[in-house]
Amino acid sequence: MRGQPTNKRLEKHHIENLIGRIYMSFCVLLLIVIIISMVYFVASKGIANFVSGEVKISEFLLGTRWSPEAETPSYGALPFISGSFLVTLLAALIASPLSICAALFMTEIVPGWGKKLLQPVIELLSGIPSVVYGFVGLSVIVPFLRDTLPGQGIGVAAGALVLSVMILPTITSVAADALASLPQNLKESSFALGATRWQTISRVILPTTFPAIMTGVVLGMARAFGEALAVQMVIGNAPFVPHSLFESASTLTSVITLGMGNTTMGSPQNNALWSMALVLMLMTFIFVLLVRMLERRNKI
Amino acid sequence: MKPRTADKIATVVIVTFALLIVAVLIGLLGYILIRGFNHISWDFLTSAPQKIRAGGGVGPQLFNSLFLLVLTLIITVPLGLGAGIFMAEYARPGKLTNFIRLIVEVLSSFPSIIVGLFGLLLIVNTFNLGFSLISGALALTVFNLPLMVRITEQAFRTVPKQQKEAGFALGLSKWKIVTSVLFPVALPTIITGTILSAGRVFGEAAALMFTAGMSSPRLDFSNWNPLSPSSPLNPFRPAETLAVHIWKVNSEGLAPDAVQIAAGASAVLVLTVLIFNLAARYFGRFIYKKLTASKRMS
Repeated sequence: MRGQPTNKRLEKHHIENLIGRIYMSFCVLLLIVIIISMVYFVASKGIANFVSGEVKISEFLLGTRWSPEAETPSYGALPFISGSFLVTLLAALIASPLSICAALFMTEIVPGWGKKLLQPVIELLSGIPSVVYGFVGLSVIVPFLRDTLPGQGIGVAAGALVLSVMILPTITSVAADALASLPQNLKESSFALGATRWQTISRVILPTTFPAIMTGVVLGMARAFGEALAVQMVIGNAPFVPHSLFESASTLTSVITLGMGNTTMGSPQNNALWSMALVLMLMTFIFVLLVRMLERRNKI
Repeated sequence: MKPRTADKIATVVIVTFALLIVAVLIGLLGYILIRGFNHISWDFLTSAPQKIRAGGGVGPQLFNSLFLLVLTLIITVPLGLGAGIFMAEYARPGKLTNFIRLIVEVLSSFPSIIVGLFGLLLIVNTFNLGFSLISGALALTVFNLPLMVRITEQAFRTVPKQQKEAGFALGLSKWKIVTSVLFPVALPTIITGTILSAGRVFGEAAALMFTAGMSSPRLDFSNWNPLSPSSPLNPFRPAETLAVHIWKVNSEGLAPDAVQIAAGASAVLVLTVLIFNLAARYFGRFIYKKLTASKRMS
């Protein structure tokens, strides 16, 4: 008598599971399709110039002259590549010490209200859109630099300052997580040996959490390297390798932002912009790889 | 130097730097809100922008931003839920799972301008959708989907194991357990995360410049036919969002009051993100109380 309904329930059970699995597989498949098509489309456009022989890879990567409209056009992207690396490194140099101090403040100095104070600050900073950072940079940092230091105000220094504020939250939250997950007894034994707080922090806590903190720094650099609009607004966009921090320069992202709309699809100039996008994409892969390596080191 | 002195100096330095960050945030928010607040009025929020004359508003841009956000969430939330549930409950540790995890990681760390360029190439040109709201929403999907997957996965992982075991003990199917036992418990976290990600989407500009476009047609707010070109609801019309507008006004604005417009629009943008943040906190707590037995337990 009771066999029948049990069987039916089993069937329903299987159908439910099947529908769920099909739906989820579709979602996951979509993720795979997106990434493959992204890599394929950007790469196929990015290498078009090199395949057709219009531009040599060495000329693109190492050439310092960007003049696509000249009679003998040259597509050297070195000024932009170096600009990108320069602002990214500077931003990381400014932001890392500040972020690590903020993380130490939250976890080691005043764990109670320090976290209550800084957590919302970090969340809010990371929520502010990048164009707003660009706007503030343009109307506060640029005039300030122009009045106090040589140069026009717009330039590498302004770009690095804006970026450093933008990546503060990334580094701080990763570093704070790492510090908070440190086993309590490590600290306790250090204190038991009579070490001061700073001795404990500098000789025990920071060396143990170093890989995790570096993960945060790399994530922050990845963000800085790919940031487009805020940098474009304050860096000046001159196609030269900068000789000082207060000179105008360009980054890969700022050149793409400005150039993509003004060039015809398929022209060598347009394709050179796509090659820069490909460089950006490859750098993203490198950053992800670095993060993975650091995380693996962190586990041991 | 004596260790004790070094300790004191280090403490002072750390506290100073930490407070410096707080000061930076207060300065930033204060600057944006105080400078922009004078310029915000009902007229500014609703009227269309002016190209050369002063006195333009950001009405269409604000509407576009909100509409685009809704479109994006309609697409990304179900997809992100599916993939996130798979990662949390179904994926067995192995090569495939690692690969998917890597994809989510790479996708979420792609610069937004790359997402915009990809959208330009595939959605705008190849699919021939043109500069339109729907192109923008699809580009933002690429941007938001990895976030949604992560949020969902984390939310499901925090659900206590016993809940699942209780479901199995009652003889429910795995999918049934996921949808009617685990999902309600995970929902507050998912909603909080979704609202926070909405804040990010709302402020996104680089991915939209090449997909949703940098201009807005004249909108007729009394025309609610979604297929008419002047209707605000038409998903196939170009749409400049608030964030893109701020960028455009700053880099190539011709209106004499461009700076004020940028300040006002920035204030609106930041205020909206702040509202999203507060709503995320409030909603998460509210829904948790509604959906779970936490009230009866205490």
